[in-house]
Amino acid sequence: MNTKTNVAIIGSGNIGTDLMYKLLRSETLQPVVMIGVDPESKGLTLARENGLKTFDNGIQGFEENPNMADILFDATSAKAHYNHAEILKGLEKKVIDLTPAAIGPFYVPSASSNSDSIEQHDNVNMVTCGGQATVPIMKAISNIVPVEYGEIVSTVASKGAGPGTRQNIDEFTKTTALALEKVGGAKKAKAIIILNPANPPLLMRNSIFAKIEAGHENKESEIIDSILKVVEVVQGYVPGYRLISAPEIKDGIVKVFVEVEGLGDYLPKYAGNLDIITSAAVKTGELMAISLTKKENVR
Amino acid sequence: MSEKIIINDVTLRDGMHAISHQYSKEQIVQLTEIIDDAGADIIEVTHGDGLGGSSIQYGFSKVSESEMISTAVATAKNAKIGVLLVPGIGTIDQLKNANDLGASVVRVATHCTEADVSEQHIKAARSLNMDTVGFLMMAHRTTPENLLEEAKKMEAYGAQTIYVVDSAGALTMDGVRQRVSLFKENLGVSVGFHAHNNLSLGVANSIVAIEEGATRIDASLAGMGAGAGNAALEQLIAVMNKLGIPHNMDLYKVMDAAEYIMKPMMPRPVQIDRLSLTLGYTGVYSSFLLFAERAGKEYGVDARDILTRLAELEAVGGQEDWIITVAQELGLVKN
Repeated sequence: MNTKTNVAIIGSGNIGTDLMYKLLRSETLQPVVMIGVDPESKGLTLARENGLKTFDNGIQGFEENPNMADILFDATSAKAHYNHAEILKGLEKKVIDLTPAAIGPFYVPSASSNSDSIEQHDNVNMVTCGGQATVPIMKAISNIVPVEYGEIVSTVASKGAGPGTRQNIDEFTKTTALALEKVGGAKKAKAIIILNPANPPLLMRNSIFAKIEAGHENKESEIIDSILKVVEVVQGYVPGYRLISAPEIKDGIVKVFVEVEGLGDYLPKYAGNLDIITSAAVKTGELMAISLTKKENVR
Repeated sequence: MSEKIIINDVTLRDGMHAISHQYSKEQIVQLTEIIDDAGADIIEVTHGDGLGGSSIQYGFSKVSESEMISTAVATAKNAKIGVLLVPGIGTIDQLKNANDLGASVVRVATHCTEADVSEQHIKAARSLNMDTVGFLMMAHRTTPENLLEEAKKMEAYGAQTIYVVDSAGALTMDGVRQRVSLFKENLGVSVGFHAHNNLSLGVANSIVAIEEGATRIDASLAGMGAGAGNAALEQLIAVMNKLGIPHNMDLYKVMDAAEYIMKPMMPRPVQIDRLSLTLGYTGVYSSFLLFAERAGKEYGVDARDILTRLAELEAVGGQEDWIITVAQELGLVKN
């Protein structure tokens, strides 16, 4: 008996394709269809090779076959997602949005308040790669002490930053900063992104700075413990996520440096920025699937 | 060479690095007044890392971005006020704010191989009717031919002037000559040059750029800027006078301003010393200077080793956070 939940991928680009490989390994999710617009695209070709059905007429193909999947991952663009979200709402489907559209609330698996809350939402947004890499750390700090100001710097290999990131760089910084506040718990936040063309390409690096409120200086060891714990939680779904050096606290500022090595499923290992958002999306999908199964059991 | 060279003063922007972004409002007024009176065409006033640069990563500004810009706008009688915008650090919203406050020139800056992140910002600047400049930083890190390809992208987005930016002060004269002349031959827009004096070539490289057709040149009082500073304005003007290159500046006024106003404000002399020379020698972003110096002290390592390692790792502008982890790593190896 197949107990896996059927899911669909919208978008056959780098993100959609990487997502497919990760979904194929999931114990709770079964990717059944990839939705694209170009039958000759590499993504759709790889999907067919891996036993998925493909539609090359966009969301229309799925509208005609709505029972194929219960959860859909959207890896297209913000503009396309506005349209997809509307249609999928009508079909009563659960949606995980990997675009900057952010119609639904942000979701960061290791930081969002608790996994049960996922069932209240039909559409959740995966923030940005920088957000998935840094919000868990910010949250781990703000769980212990109030964070007056949070700041992150994400450095991504040029080769790992596609046209989507390049043409929406303001959205990246704004969305990431917002998630650091809303999910990460910083009262005010700022995000910076840097593209580095070094060869061989560098792994995605993230620096997380948190200015803690005065009067909480004695919580150092609790803060460090909290950070170390969340790193382990993130490693549960992104194995290549690790601290570059031991976290430091100086002059009321917590400094944490992490790098992300990808699994090399579709893009090479340096593209950890891709892995962290697709892995987080898979984890979110798994949590959603569990909540769907629970509901069915109650019925 | 009859066209007057446009002088873009960067004392209040690149100079911010040398004072750790701590100019007071009074200092901004005083400097804007004298630079404007001495005849600069454009005065750039922003955090050293541009709009939105005030941060833990780069250091917080003493005076807010809005106050800096409006102070300079209110003070300058003739010069246009410019701002720097590095996509990934600053945003179009911040550019609109700067423009609302009276800034009319913007330099949209990217690493020399990443021009495509500037498309939205250059287009936004044009739609605001700003004098829009594409600013290709760390120009020594790519070949003249590749740099031209990136410049063509900026031209296609709508930049009206494109700069060869020697952020590391690592280019020698032929390197400048090749890049500027390729731009001049193949672009339909004006060409500019931004020097750093790390190899003592700030003025020489600027002159070479002018010889090859650059019509906008950056300079600052007494070289006030990151690393060993920029082309020193008073020195550049003296040399331009000797060569008969026309401009709008008054030599005595900039000499006096450099000597009596600028130099006394410097917390650390802006000069070629073993660290700033290392920047030019290894080709590292000039604003890393003070960060590497501090990290070297904190982790007990030679700051030159930090800079050399960052050069090997091919760090780009804005990666100040890398200095800390490199210093930590070198400190661990040493102990």
